[in-house]
Amino acid sequence: MTTDSEPVIYTEGLTKRFGAFTAVRGISFAVERGEIFGFLGANGAGKTTAMRMLCGLSRPTAGIARVAGYDVARQPEQVKRCIGYMSQRFSLYGDLTVRENLKLYGGIYGMSRTHIRQKTAHVLQELRLDHEADKLVGDLPLGWKQKLAFSVAIFHEPQVVFLDEPTGGVDPLTRRRFWELIYGAAERGITVFVTTHYMDEAEYCDRVSIMVDGEIRALDTPRRLRQQFDAAGMDEVFRKLVRVRQAGA
Amino acid sequence: MKTFLSFIHKEFRHILRDRRTMLILLGMPIAQILLFGFAISTEVKNSRVAVLDPSADVATRRIVERLDASAYFEVAHRVDCMEQVDELFRRGEIALAVVFSPYFASELQHTGEARLQLIADGTEPNQAQMVAGYAAQVVQQALPRGERQGVTACVRYLFNPQAKSAFNFVPGVMGMILLLICAMMTSVSIVREKELGSMEVLLASPMPPLGIVLAKAVPYFVLSGVNLATILLLSRYVLGVPVQGSLALLSGISLLYILLSLSLGLLISNVVRSQMAAVLVSGMGLIMPTIILSGLMFPIESMPEVLQYLSGIVPARWYISAVRKVMIEGVEMFHVWREICVLAGMTVVLLTTSIVTFNKRL
Repeated sequence: MTTDSEPVIYTEGLTKRFGAFTAVRGISFAVERGEIFGFLGANGAGKTTAMRMLCGLSRPTAGIARVAGYDVARQPEQVKRCIGYMSQRFSLYGDLTVRENLKLYGGIYGMSRTHIRQKTAHVLQELRLDHEADKLVGDLPLGWKQKLAFSVAIFHEPQVVFLDEPTGGVDPLTRRRFWELIYGAAERGITVFVTTHYMDEAEYCDRVSIMVDGEIRALDTPRRLRQQFDAAGMDEVFRKLVRVRQAGA
Repeated sequence: MKTFLSFIHKEFRHILRDRRTMLILLGMPIAQILLFGFAISTEVKNSRVAVLDPSADVATRRIVERLDASAYFEVAHRVDCMEQVDELFRRGEIALAVVFSPYFASELQHTGEARLQLIADGTEPNQAQMVAGYAAQVVQQALPRGERQGVTACVRYLFNPQAKSAFNFVPGVMGMILLLICAMMTSVSIVREKELGSMEVLLASPMPPLGIVLAKAVPYFVLSGVNLATILLLSRYVLGVPVQGSLALLSGISLLYILLSLSLGLLISNVVRSQMAAVLVSGMGLIMPTIILSGLMFPIESMPEVLQYLSGIVPARWYISAVRKVMIEGVEMFHVWREICVLAGMTVVLLTTSIVTFNKRL
């Protein structure tokens, strides 16, 4: 178990190679408890691969990664018990009702029946989905589905929740509402690790890392990154970093 | 365990909620059994008969007259030798040939025994059995009561010497339905999770990967059991085909075959990425060879030699053969030893391969 002083996510020289191709080159960083950590990078920069290693879905080729105090290579089962995961592709079952989806994930994480019932009532109230509880998830609008998927990912109160491009395909206002849920979770002490394409989302994070070609090129609070790169917004920071790479290539 | 149960629960929900698919899965065996059992068996009416009567005596003449007079038969040809009988069958001119022994009546008079042969076209086993059965009845009725016992009608099925019975399709339907449900539906349902993206989420949960797959197999396992029972009950009470051999042995063999089909389904789901591909691979790669090569439609004995060897790799061939022996012929385990060994061997190989490839995917 982690103590409060120990970082919830800690990596050192974390590397993943697929044959001759190196997807992640020795990245090292730490994420503190309750932090909202933005994990940015262009497509193919290695974000997803890094995230899969942290979730225990993929074994690192080299380096160390500890999540919630457990080594991802040696104790993937313990890691999985302490994390929640929401994928960019939709992860709820459209042919099950809202209630059934919640019950399923509660069951998968070994929650007791009463605990599931209490949590379900709480989540439905929080999302104002009381009247839709017995509707099929497939019939809900996308924005609601995403909020529900997030609630499912943190249903078992994990220490860390990994969000892989959680808000694809919705407008900024709906994204903003989604982020209110993220703040709520972080306040309860859940660490949020989020990848995104949207730079307005990057501004919402406590700290942001930007990956280019399998390496972390920048890591700091959004404000300091803007100062460092002399940029007006995260948008510009990102473009400057990626341009450096293209000029070098 | 609780994790596992809640997952199985979810799988049942998926199936139960998709009413149309479930109806198809449950209704298909019923439709097939009834279709094969009734629609294909045709009534016997004015079937054309050839008579080879070297004896030409009182008794044979009476039998031929009775045949011709009955509503079932029409004596269309009188021939002089077996070659002509063959020729008529090949041209499809006749459904039955009646061949009397020489000196039929005198044999019957002196020894009290006489023989005649009924030859039917075995390419349509249902029809052939009925035709031969009716003919034997007419022959019996044509004879005086005292002589009936002495006349043996020996039935031969041309082109299908084993006289594969009309009920051979029951094992065939079992072989196909179980394969369809276990292999095809299981692979589709696993691949659907990949397509949806929910597989990633499940893999990131504490649920062991093999547990996910196992939980997916459970409902289809149950469904296969229901189908198996439906088929056996229908064939027993509607078609009148009881299980001659041991029900336990039959269930055991079926269980083995179900396991084999599930491994096939798992293997397919490891290889393909979309539901469409899963349907295509299991349809073209499993169902088609099963229909054509397993002996379900065409007797293996009458296939070209190359195809006979090829049929050896079709699992359903061994299953159907074993079920035929146990269910129709009622043999002991000893006689289906070879089939059981082949099926068990295939299961071990497929299960190992699919588990190895499954783990590699992660």
